[in-house]
Amino acid sequence: MHLNEEELEVLRIIENNSRIDLKDLAKMTDQSDSDIEITLKKLEDMRVIVRYLTVINWAKVDEYHGVTAMIDVKVTPKRGVGFDDVAKRIYKFKEVESVYLMSGAYDLSVIVEGRSMNEVASFVSEKLSTLDSVISTTTHFIMKKYKHDGTIFDQTEEDKRIVVSP
Amino acid sequence: MIKTSYVSKTIAELKPSGIRRFFDLAANLEGVVSLGVGEPDFVTSWAVREAAINSLEEGYTSYTANAGLFELRSEISRYMEKQFHVSYRPDDQIIVTVGASQALDIALRTILNPGEEVIVVEPCFVAYAPLVTMAGGIPVTVQTSKEEDFKLTPQQLEAAITPKTKAVLICSPNNPTGTQLGQEELVMLADIVKKHDLLVISDEIYAELAYDEEFTSFAAVDGMLERTIVINGFSKGFAMTGWRLGFVCAPKEISEAMLKLHQYAMMCAPTVAQHAALEALKNGMQDVEEMRRSYRRRRNYIVKSFNDMGLDCHNPGGAFYAFPSIERTGMTSMEFAEKLLTEELVAVVPGDVFGESGEGHIRCSYASSMEQLQEALRRMERFMKNHCQ
Repeated sequence: MHLNEEELEVLRIIENNSRIDLKDLAKMTDQSDSDIEITLKKLEDMRVIVRYLTVINWAKVDEYHGVTAMIDVKVTPKRGVGFDDVAKRIYKFKEVESVYLMSGAYDLSVIVEGRSMNEVASFVSEKLSTLDSVISTTTHFIMKKYKHDGTIFDQTEEDKRIVVSP
Repeated sequence: MIKTSYVSKTIAELKPSGIRRFFDLAANLEGVVSLGVGEPDFVTSWAVREAAINSLEEGYTSYTANAGLFELRSEISRYMEKQFHVSYRPDDQIIVTVGASQALDIALRTILNPGEEVIVVEPCFVAYAPLVTMAGGIPVTVQTSKEEDFKLTPQQLEAAITPKTKAVLICSPNNPTGTQLGQEELVMLADIVKKHDLLVISDEIYAELAYDEEFTSFAAVDGMLERTIVINGFSKGFAMTGWRLGFVCAPKEISEAMLKLHQYAMMCAPTVAQHAALEALKNGMQDVEEMRRSYRRRRNYIVKSFNDMGLDCHNPGGAFYAFPSIERTGMTSMEFAEKLLTEELVAVVPGDVFGESGEGHIRCSYASSMEQLQEALRRMERFMKNHCQ
């Protein structure tokens, strides 16, 4: 679907800050408050805007116990539906965060979150690798997140400019 | 005991920049939100910084050709053609300089005989008139007005021309007003320039930061390529102020003369910065586009907010400055800026430092994060409520 420049601009802004005040968003895009509401509603209805999420650095939270693994999955595609069918069987598991169809050495990249390595391991051995179409899996646990969705976690950029300059 | 002053009369008589005084005031206060910064809030893109680091690792630490790396001049030539539709040969029409400031300096010193006049359009960058003076010329200022959106009119230009006029120095998009001259306006000014056989020194350092209308280079106007010196650089559009890298494009005769001055006075621009600039031109245009979009949003936001709070502000087409009128407060721009700084800890630059027609205005740079802008505007709104009934 084609979007106009105003709609694209709204998307570019809220992609980095979905909590922005709508009045500010209206000012920034030179639209009226009601126009912005209409635009957002339209984009939500079209499911271009799917959900508003928050990037959290859980590693900073002592109470958080969780691990993330990226799993390379090789599968046998099915006649007529290709990879979509097996992808669907995988993404329906609540442990699965993301599923991507990949080019290259394997077919599906599956990101799984669990409370412990054991939990992820048993998901892979009992649920994922036992699916009919799955030929093989390779599991990589994430050790540390440096940057996620365009956000660098350990970054406090101070303004190094002089206060007043010509 | 020393009885003589060793400082030349010309330099002794130069007034120090009004910005300097304001910097000293602001630098001594805690918790200042600054709208006084005349440079991008972006750090140079990592790809560009990485290219500079790599050039050092590779050992590129010697001089380059006086005019700059040939490869960089070739890229500049391509860039000028692609972005602004003007053709300059890398061999003898482009010089890489230490910032656009040095480009301006060598341009003025190259063209001026003692006593010749340069028309300087105010409000403008604080260095223009002093640079003309230092080059032995006489700056003749023309005052633009809010009513004309701070655009130089053909009538004003014509009225300022005398038999001694050598050149017109113009900056579009402008610091401090953000005003951008459209193609038709340039054509009308060009007619007068041609009629009086003058040169134009066109400071196009903000060319990449044009938000509403496509930018037109003065050199791209019919018949102007041969009588325009284009000043440009990497500071603003590419967020590379501290690298001090600019360039100047000019007709061959002028360019070759400028190169003589440049080789004696500067030798060449810093090699590491030239390598960084090369990367910026080759692969950095998408970053420029993203930064432009980001400034445009903030421009929309600040201009709307100023008008909402009763600070009458024209819509600046480019650069990253808003230049609202503070007339309804009854204060001078210096009073307003000092009170705003001491009472609300917001730094802006009083308009009169950019020329007498800047009086009654303040320059507010929106090259700051949205959070900083929001905070500054909250404080300014409170300030306006306290000082205007």
